[in-house]
Amino acid sequence: MTLPHFSPAEDPGPSFAGLLRELGVGPDYRDLRLDATDADVSLITHGTTVVAARFADGVVIAGDRRATSGNLISHRTMNKVFPADRWSGVAIAGAAGPALEMVKMFQLQLEHYEKVEGRSLSLEGKANQLSQMLRGHLPMAMQGMVVVPLFAGFDRRRGFGRLFAYDVTGGRYEEEDFVASGSGSLFARTVIKLGHRNSNSRDEAVDLLIRALFNAADDDSATGGPDSMRGIYPTVAVITADGYADLDEPEIAERFGSVLSEFAEREEA
Amino acid sequence: MNMPFYVAPEQLMKDRADFAQKGIARGRSLVAVEFDDGVLLCAENPSRNLRKVSEIYDRIAFAGVGRYNEYDQLRIAGIRHADVKGYTYSRDDVDPQALANQYAQMLGQIFTHDTKPLEVEILVTAVGFQRDGDRMFHIRYDGSVTDEDGFAVLGGEADSIRERLAASYNADLDAGGALRAAVDALAGDERTLAPDDLEVGILARRDRGRCFERLENGQITDLLGVAADDDG
Repeated sequence: MTLPHFSPAEDPGPSFAGLLRELGVGPDYRDLRLDATDADVSLITHGTTVVAARFADGVVIAGDRRATSGNLISHRTMNKVFPADRWSGVAIAGAAGPALEMVKMFQLQLEHYEKVEGRSLSLEGKANQLSQMLRGHLPMAMQGMVVVPLFAGFDRRRGFGRLFAYDVTGGRYEEEDFVASGSGSLFARTVIKLGHRNSNSRDEAVDLLIRALFNAADDDSATGGPDSMRGIYPTVAVITADGYADLDEPEIAERFGSVLSEFAEREEA
Repeated sequence: MNMPFYVAPEQLMKDRADFAQKGIARGRSLVAVEFDDGVLLCAENPSRNLRKVSEIYDRIAFAGVGRYNEYDQLRIAGIRHADVKGYTYSRDDVDPQALANQYAQMLGQIFTHDTKPLEVEILVTAVGFQRDGDRMFHIRYDGSVTDEDGFAVLGGEADSIRERLAASYNADLDAGGALRAAVDALAGDERTLAPDDLEVGILARRDRGRCFERLENGQITDLLGVAADDDG
């Protein structure tokens, strides 16, 4: 692997995707014509429910761990919530392969920009970057490989947490309170809606998202609930002025425990 | 037809080397020091924006002296090399030695074939998981590479700075001690350097993730202050 060197006219600047294009590295789907009848796209591995909500000091972002291929569970421990950089996170729902590649590219793009330019993108810039990647992915989405991410971060220039929802065309929608994406998002959204306040504490916000994922798993077969037998719990991360931090598994397990016992009590009554 | 004057290859190389050395000597110097928990890079640089020390990858940093536009191009090429390699293979496969060799080839090629050699001297340094994994590759304008041990000095007054640093350096320095040794060596006996005149970066020995940190003025003062207290 040699040192990349470009004439000023061809220099890709701080864009990592542009660099890969110049070097001819990475996949090129421009000529791909996949007919939905050629391959059953429902058999492609799909990730399911992800949610995020604002709270007093920032944002909480969470996702279940199940990946499905049609009616089969293909992975029980897939992670759908990732740090994008130190102050932001991205969560994915949809076709798992392209979604994971998109996350990897997004992380690299932010890091590459930061190193080349000597300063990181603004939160808005990061959100737009993801929007552009989705737009680039549109031809694949039209073939059935839909990816719908969520983006959440702490805006250090403005001093509060912000949330962004997307659609398949790369449409970017900033939300003031909470967002949900994926097959179980309808159920999750309703639960969050009932308990959400932007003034929630961290613990309140985390509990709310856990409750939302629990109810999504309860009603949507593609969303994985807490699996205490195997010790698998949804992923939860908190982003504040101190940066991105994943919650420890024991804490998540404990919080799910209290949701479960509450649920059991209600069933008995 | 005009015949070009014959110039002996020795003379040609010497002229080019003199030219590059003169360019490098005009700029200020830079030192890198290994310490117990990482590698410290310290440059004399009054500019906040035109940086000499920067991050390449998780465990690799870059430092350059000489002509800014030239070493900055090399810095960006290095970041691109590392990021593409990490993307293609894995983050663990990005190693400083391959990068140093690439730099050496590029500088060597330009030195012999281009109209003018690059007036730069660069350092590729990496922090290991243990102390014995730390690496420093010093690459000169002609593409020659030296594997430095413990500390490295780049720039015009390298000889006198190296002498001073060799006297104060020992393998047990902590971050504060390393910074103090670096600053004293850069300043010499007649001058003192304030945090405003310095640019400091540290490759901290961590288990994972990006290890490079840039120190702000306040952090530099704190680190120097801690070291001074230790002495007293």
